[in-house]
Amino acid sequence: MEAIWDGLVEAFRLILRGDGELFSIAGRSLLVSGSATALAMLVGVPLGYLLGRARFPARTLILAAVGTGMGMPPVVAGLVIWLLLVRSGPFGGFELIYTKQAMIIAQFLIATPLVIAFTAASIQALPARLPDLLTVLGAGRLRTLWLLAREARLGLLAAVMAGFGAVVSEVGASMAVGGNLVGDTRVLTTAIVTETSRADTERAIAYGLVLLAMAFAIVAVLTVVQQRSPR
Amino acid sequence: MPIARRLLALTAVCALALVAACGGSDDDPGTIILATTTSTYDSGLLDELVPRFEERTGVTVKVIAVGTGAALRMAGEGNADVVLVHAPDAEAPYVASGDLVGGRLVMTNDFVVVGPRDDPAAAASAPDLPAALAAIAAGGRFVSRGDDSGTHKRELALWATAGIDPGALSREETGQGMGATLTIASERRAYTITDRATYLALREVLDLAVLVEGDARLLNVYHAYVVNPDRHEGVVAKQAEAFVAFLLEPATQALIGRFRVEEFGRSLFTPAVESPVGGG
Repeated sequence: MEAIWDGLVEAFRLILRGDGELFSIAGRSLLVSGSATALAMLVGVPLGYLLGRARFPARTLILAAVGTGMGMPPVVAGLVIWLLLVRSGPFGGFELIYTKQAMIIAQFLIATPLVIAFTAASIQALPARLPDLLTVLGAGRLRTLWLLAREARLGLLAAVMAGFGAVVSEVGASMAVGGNLVGDTRVLTTAIVTETSRADTERAIAYGLVLLAMAFAIVAVLTVVQQRSPR
Repeated sequence: MPIARRLLALTAVCALALVAACGGSDDDPGTIILATTTSTYDSGLLDELVPRFEERTGVTVKVIAVGTGAALRMAGEGNADVVLVHAPDAEAPYVASGDLVGGRLVMTNDFVVVGPRDDPAAAASAPDLPAALAAIAAGGRFVSRGDDSGTHKRELALWATAGIDPGALSREETGQGMGATLTIASERRAYTITDRATYLALREVLDLAVLVEGDARLLNVYHAYVVNPDRHEGVVAKQAEAFVAFLLEPATQALIGRFRVEEFGRSLFTPAVESPVGGG
């Protein structure tokens, strides 16, 4: 019990003191996972929209595949991306292994199925005739999409939260493709692993607290946007 | 859905731009991948050495800390440029196949058998190392790395020396690094074999004592090799050779000998220049 208390006290001291390493690692987590989530939204929302609205033969099968992807362990995504990007792999020539870009790609792979599934579900929950109605009322294509997105924002923002939450907290993929390099690809989760194996519990706790605080702040902002009543 | 298609195209462009923006330029001093063991990393030695090399040469060193088995495999597939490993028997096939070249002895330290302070299996009072292992096999619990690392390989070799089948023991494998394995052994009041550096670095938080040490079979030898550029495309051999040369410089060797001496009252690693096994 004492170790936990000491750890918490020391962790707060690190945070309040503005420990440089702590904040640069936290910033990196935000950058990598934020970029991965943004890319996942760019790809996942249109695909989710298609899956939610269009009707074609393989649709159910694809939805099932996406659902399976939602449960994919990050470490498996990490292994796949590692095998593809490592020097002897098919994309080794790009020299992306052990970089932040490799981490973004792996996290993109983890977040995208979540975004697709949440988007498809929220689009499907809208009245089926709504797009036609909007068109009849004189809305252009882009305006129609925008209005639909507003109607579906509960689900879309849930997609952002699910995607970001999944990637900012994963460790397996970041460790495998990023390599946990000091000052380069070390993020909060891999730093927690390192400090734990080096028995620096205080730092591990501090990193854990920052990770939780960061996730909370982002989800809180998104939730406020989500729950605001439409004007 | 033209809009969806346009969005997809936009995404692809963004992704490509991201990748392109991050590609290195041609005139930078280069980047090498160093695959090494968890012991050199968890002890903090490489945190001390690598920045000096980077500062002087401008070369970026990506230190990937894995077990020796994994480090050798990375080298064998050309996925690393330089390795720092400690399992001579496992290194030999890679040297024979020509995957690893320019091998040099960098430093040594020793393995120790650690266990609960009250030593329930009475390993410390055994006359020699095989007898101590037999005592642990008979009256103690053992935690193994089980991760194909240099320490794991040595542990298996030592069981063989003592004529004991490790499969028949109450022995658990963690599949994790030395730090994590020591913590687990400590919590479970079990014995394990560790390199001395990692043990000393974590000693304060462990409820484990050194019970067997000093046997010649417990010598731990670290070699550095360059991955053969003639066998593997993309190996950054010149910078990798420079790194190995850096490790053997008198100043670096002195630094290795002094590493954390003040903290522990003894050195964690013996530099090659003073080592009992001579040049590699």
